[in-house]
Amino acid sequence: MLLTLFGISVLVFVMLRLVPGNIADIVFNAAGMIDVAEKAKLEKELGLDQPIAVQYVQWIGGLAHGDLGYSYVSEKPAIQEIAPRIPITAKLAGLALSFAIIFGVPLGVISAVKQNSPVDYVLRVVSLSGLSVPAFWLGLLILMGFVAYFGTIPIYTNPPEGFWNTLWLFSIPAAAVGFRSSALVMRLTRSSMLEVLRQDYIRTARAKGASDQTVNYHHALRNAVLPVVTVIGLEAAFLMGGLIVTETVFNIPGVARFLVEAIRWRDYPIVQNLVMFIAVVAVSINFLIDLLYAVLDPRIRYAS
Amino acid sequence: MSIVDLPVTVEKAERPDSVWSQIRYHLLAHPLGLFGAAIMVVFVFCAVFADIITAYSPTATDSATRLLHPGVGHALGTDQMGRDIFSRIIYGARISLAVGLGSTLLGSVFGVTLGLASGYLGGWVDLVIQRIVDVLQAVPLLVLALVMAAALGPALDNTIVAIAIPLIPYTARVIRSNTLALREQPFVEAARAVGMSEFRIAVRHVLPNTIAPLIVIATAQLGAAILTEASLSFLGLGVPEPHPSWGRMLSESAAEYVRTAPWLVIFPGVAISLAVFGTNLFGDALRDILDPRLRD
Repeated sequence: MLLTLFGISVLVFVMLRLVPGNIADIVFNAAGMIDVAEKAKLEKELGLDQPIAVQYVQWIGGLAHGDLGYSYVSEKPAIQEIAPRIPITAKLAGLALSFAIIFGVPLGVISAVKQNSPVDYVLRVVSLSGLSVPAFWLGLLILMGFVAYFGTIPIYTNPPEGFWNTLWLFSIPAAAVGFRSSALVMRLTRSSMLEVLRQDYIRTARAKGASDQTVNYHHALRNAVLPVVTVIGLEAAFLMGGLIVTETVFNIPGVARFLVEAIRWRDYPIVQNLVMFIAVVAVSINFLIDLLYAVLDPRIRYAS
Repeated sequence: MSIVDLPVTVEKAERPDSVWSQIRYHLLAHPLGLFGAAIMVVFVFCAVFADIITAYSPTATDSATRLLHPGVGHALGTDQMGRDIFSRIIYGARISLAVGLGSTLLGSVFGVTLGLASGYLGGWVDLVIQRIVDVLQAVPLLVLALVMAAALGPALDNTIVAIAIPLIPYTARVIRSNTLALREQPFVEAARAVGMSEFRIAVRHVLPNTIAPLIVIATAQLGAAILTEASLSFLGLGVPEPHPSWGRMLSESAAEYVRTAPWLVIFPGVAISLAVFGTNLFGDALRDILDPRLRD
């Protein structure tokens, strides 16, 4: 786990330094003139003139002390720039995941129980389109719908006031991101249920006269839900991709949109810390899923 | 299985169907898969014959034809620079297909090489490759592609590389686990017994047997690659001007024209969704056909 994080830190750090042009170039290009002495001074100030290895050690050394460095653009400590944006993205991701579970699991079960019925076909096509429609386009369509019916766009006011107001404002972009996750969870629930429904113990349960209801929900779903938990965990980390574009579309000041802005500005301290943060979240979620697996599946618990 | 079926099974065992003939044979039983294949054919057709299909240049600007509604002359309207949307979408298929196929192919080549080496050689090679795969897999696809795209700079071939790299780990994982199983098969032992070199066994006997999972993965990744290209271009870090990219068409029109010119937003999105939808439908059918665990 630590080895993976170390690998990511090296990868990101080196990749960023391969970028043609640093912040000094951008600043001076924007000003329309290149003063070599001034540029060298700025680079020295930001530590960009030192060898990559030295810069890397400085960064990691700082990280160990909780010092993330300073944003090149705002010149504020990176932690002050990143930390307030995290709850916003976390709320969005949490809501999107809730949508995925609330819609994905029950619809997946229905699709599996009614395999090859018209309901199943419709649900399959809907879920497959969920995986095909880009999140940012869905977001734009939602915005267009609002313009057409209400004449206004749900504007993110910082910070939204009141619980319901917050929930409402976050629900719309969360739905745009969560559609894909719901589709994914639904497809997986369906295939996992189908596999379980084919098992001998399901036939035994039916032979003993258990009702469809009991068999489907008590016997089958409890066993089918394990792989679904894994996918929800993976999706929680990979939701970031959808959030990047959705926060851009809805103009939400979360970490995901901030990452893109920082990349555009070559704001290395922000980019590398953000990518590390995302990786830490992803790796920890995987770890938690492993633990949860043992809780949910007695076979794993007793084996170890 | 009844006795009547038996001769058929025996015949099959003597002359196993190739992966391709299996696909051809079984696809007819998957109407949705066929539909997906049809969408893909149209998509490829548009990309290849873009010059013949379109009446306007996708890049020619004309201030006299700014923001025309869809109608006669310009079937899908024109954008804020007077460019014909229909032409841009048809030419956009070319970019989408080039990036999609290019990055899937590149990702597969590296993924298969790493997976095969990892699974067949084992030992420290396996250990090192698996750690690299772990690293690449821990960062979400779009985040990694974004950083790669930014590092390599905006260009068509750089976008292909930036999307290909995050695709590697999954392919490598699956090919590795397949190779691990194949390595223990009698035919590998037989090949070794007749004195074949290890490299030759890996490439000539193990590799061809991983083709079925590879086709399934690659089709799924083709859809993902097309989506990722659209997202990157939408964020302004993908395919640069003058190439007409569906994703960038959306980012150019997004902010200002959502209210005034909805056709600028609707049509490129439909193009992306349809292309990916077709690929996904086809990929689903392929998985049903080629994954024996899912067959009844």
